Amino acid sequence: MKTDDIRELERIAARCRQNVLRMVRANGSGHLGPAYSCIDIVTALYFHAMNIDPQNPKKEDRDIFILSAGHKGMAQYAVLAEAGFFDKSLLDTFGHFKSPLPGHPDMHKLPGIEASTGSLGHGMNIACGVALGKRQDGLGSRVFVIVGDGELAEGSNWEAAAIAAHYRLDNLVLFLDHNGLQISGKTKDVMSFEPIAKHFEGFGWAAREIDGNNMAEIVAAIDSVPFEKGKPSLIVANTIKGKGFSRAENQVGYHYWNPSAEEMALAEKELEDLLMGMRT
Amino acid sequence: MVKLVKGTIEDIELTRAYNQQLIALAEEDPRIVDVEADVGNCIFGPEFQKVFPDRYVNLGVCEQSLSSVSAGLSAVGLIPFCHAFAAFASRRMCDQNYISVAYAKNNVKIIASAPGISSGENGGTHHACEDIALVRPIPNIVIMDPADSTAMRWAVRKAAETFGVFYIRAERLNGYRVYEEDSEFELGKANVIRNGNDVTLIAEGSLILNNCLKAAEILGKKGISARVVDIFTIKPIDVDTIIRCARETGAIVTAENHSITGGLGSAVAEVLCDNCCVVPMKRIGIPNRFGEVGQPAELMEIMHMTDKDIAEAALTAIAEKRRNEK
Ligand SMILES: Cc1ncc(C[n+]2csc(CCOP(=O)(O)OP(=O)(O)O)c2C)c(N)n1
Repeated sequence: MKTDDIRELERIAARCRQNVLRMVRANGSGHLGPAYSCIDIVTALYFHAMNIDPQNPKKEDRDIFILSAGHKGMAQYAVLAEAGFFDKSLLDTFGHFKSPLPGHPDMHKLPGIEASTGSLGHGMNIACGVALGKRQDGLGSRVFVIVGDGELAEGSNWEAAAIAAHYRLDNLVLFLDHNGLQISGKTKDVMSFEPIAKHFEGFGWAAREIDGNNMAEIVAAIDSVPFEKGKPSLIVANTIKGKGFSRAENQVGYHYWNPSAEEMALAEKELEDLLMGMRT
Repeated sequence: MVKLVKGTIEDIELTRAYNQQLIALAEEDPRIVDVEADVGNCIFGPEFQKVFPDRYVNLGVCEQSLSSVSAGLSAVGLIPFCHAFAAFASRRMCDQNYISVAYAKNNVKIIASAPGISSGENGGTHHACEDIALVRPIPNIVIMDPADSTAMRWAVRKAAETFGVFYIRAERLNGYRVYEEDSEFELGKANVIRNGNDVTLIAEGSLILNNCLKAAEILGKKGISARVVDIFTIKPIDVDTIIRCARETGAIVTAENHSITGGLGSAVAEVLCDNCCVVPMKRIGIPNRFGEVGQPAELMEIMHMTDKDIAEAALTAIAEKRRNEK
């Protein structure tokens, strides 16, 4: 399932954002800003980069995606649905009683989910374990993980940073969703880990910085991992929280979104217009 | 003595009551500091920050540090109130709470919001089904689950005035008023909310106390008089009241917004056992399973925590009592 055309990937990402709105509509609320921030990356991973088969989600030689920042789960649900891992009608159950799409992803409820996350600071270490294990079978699987910039404050991430470098896990790629916001404000005001790339390089990682909402840059970065043989790769993805709904962009108040019907209509309209413009 | 509110009056979120009281106490005592781990308005921390910007510490998303940093603040004479969601305040902070805070005899107040199943749609990762079980074995810790805003205000004041470690659960859902504002509580003293002779329903927390009161109504229609007790302090537990209720009513049902493993039900059973006062008893609470996505009302249904479940458990315990009497 490879898509090489950047424009086509952008169109898919817009449709995935529509899927996010569908979930928020079903539940009445959801983590809009966090999902929109990283959804271009998740789209590129599933539609361009990863070796996966929606019909055979557990195939041995697959690449593995772990969403450490589980509250961004709508981004992964949206992309998995778009890729055909499950029927889109399931999106309408988001957050509902016993739904396979809870607020935070559960690996035993939905095909394509590889880790149960939502308690921040677990994903990088799980990814290290998966990358270590997968290296043994020689099938060439790669492991991609998304961590939030606020999430970096969980010290377990820095334990994982050491583990990945120590074990030379060059089959591990970390996307840092660097949108500069967390729940209680700007990350630089709450708890800063700048310069992030330098810190990881200090541990023995190879790092690159990109615009994480620019499809061409995302694709180019993924296409050149590992950046250095024998080193885990960090992609510091400078993103905009809420990207794709102008009112939400860079607004801390849209971490968790509880829209009125009117605001939902606005968000839907913006995506329709965007997709319209992409047709020409 | 506590005074009970008459009629049904909606209450504010207990997280709100907590925050208001903390601000009021901080006016009186300059040693009080609010320590947070990036959950913003979930417990209205920014309101405290507005009034006392220098006494508000936001560490970012790092609950283990939250616990140990609070220990350090206590070590230099401050009174830290540190807050995290109950799931993280217990599971994530367990070793730090045990060693940095409690073992070192620090003066730290741990506030655990959204306990039990109350974080609903967030799903299993955010449910704190076992937080009481995790903190209860810690020596000398005080554990409270205030049932309304009056009880919460009293608990926060008591915690501020008493040197030691407190673990206070703070419900985020709106409940009902139970206590009049001029009620006098006592640490370690349970409150009888409704009199009765046939069975005692012992509850913890606002969500489930409300179910117990409704269960007592259901039982009343069947001619059974149920006593309802708000345990208020889970540790130290009120041994005298539990034993008295066991002797006077001869049957007990515990009900908690928590796993039946290691929480209130276990604590009450330990009391009955240790005092050679075993009576027929049933435990209502989250069975030994993981959380599930859904609204609290739906979750209480599948976890058998509703008023009907409590009434049914009471009937079973009473039947057993009557069989033993024969
Ligand atoms: C262990 C843990 N602590 C706290 C939370 C609550 N929480 C959810 S998202 C979030 C902020 C995360 O910020 P960031 O990583 O920057 O993600 P973004 O807001 O950019 O999506 C917090 C504190 C959690 N889910 N897990």
